[in-house]
Amino acid sequence: MSRQVRLLLLGSGLLGLGALFAWAIAGLPAFGDYQGPYGFVLNRIVLPLRHTTNVVMGTNFDVRGLDTMGEEFILYASVVGVTLLLRDETRTRLAERRTRRFRDDTVRLVGVAMVGAGLLIGLWLMAFGYITPGGGFQGGVVTAGAIVLLYLVGNHRDYRPFRNEHLLDPFEAVGAGGYVIVGLAALASGTAFLANLFGLGTPGMLRSSGSIAILNWASAIAVTVAMLLLFAEFLETYVVPLEPEDAGS
Amino acid sequence: MVLATLVPLQAVAFGLVALGAPLVVLTRDPLRQALVNGIYGVSLVCLFVVLEAPDPALSMLAVSGIGYPLVILAAVARVRGHERTEEDEEQ
Repeated sequence: MSRQVRLLLLGSGLLGLGALFAWAIAGLPAFGDYQGPYGFVLNRIVLPLRHTTNVVMGTNFDVRGLDTMGEEFILYASVVGVTLLLRDETRTRLAERRTRRFRDDTVRLVGVAMVGAGLLIGLWLMAFGYITPGGGFQGGVVTAGAIVLLYLVGNHRDYRPFRNEHLLDPFEAVGAGGYVIVGLAALASGTAFLANLFGLGTPGMLRSSGSIAILNWASAIAVTVAMLLLFAEFLETYVVPLEPEDAGS
Repeated sequence: MVLATLVPLQAVAFGLVALGAPLVVLTRDPLRQALVNGIYGVSLVCLFVVLEAPDPALSMLAVSGIGYPLVILAAVARVRGHERTEEDEEQ
């Protein structure tokens, strides 16, 4: 096929696609025009039924708690997949020896301060996930990110426990399994899977939302540890020397 | 009709996102692209906040600020490492 024919084909294809896009966009509801009904229903029922002021979390961990469990296990399965693909014991020691440390004290100082700030923000997002915006997933990623900063700005000895799978695996099991156990406990006590089991408490307080609070913590632990395991595998597999390491560091 | 319901702040946030997306695509160097993508992520976070969707904003912040750059940087490090070993072999 000559260049001209190909360009003609591309042009007509783009024109067709553009026309379809324009047609689709013209048919969209107006900006901000929400017809419902689920959002309206959820806004009305979640707070009185579950005492969860963050309706998004009430939806994630209660109304569609089973889907969230599936999502948690998608993350779990991908971490297992990455680990199996990248596992190579000999690289671990190499990576540690070959990684350069930052020499600039200012960068390291700011970085260390950000480790503390990141941990606090992560824990806050987790703890108040069902009261204000946030939750186990966001808090877990932020917490794991703060810990990875340790690797970048601190020394590798401080970071070592956070990439030790023998230490991390039990926490991952508690996080991922805890979710299922809360669900099964509801089943065992004669109600539906993942039905609320615990006292609902006062809306807006840390002790509220019943099962949602516990599911939130379970997924927070699962996500944090999953991220740490993922980062550990990536760092050990991919990190290569930026410049020859100085002796004794 | 659509634009009439947009508050100016929303229009600015949408504009920043529309500006940022092609910038990410047009950045050829993967390392720079990871940085530009992080900034683009922040503009999306602003858009979500302006549209009163704080939960997606936080998810976006976590993914675009922490998760995605680390994966990209790891891949860049690996590619550069390969290039370096190939250079070493040539020398």
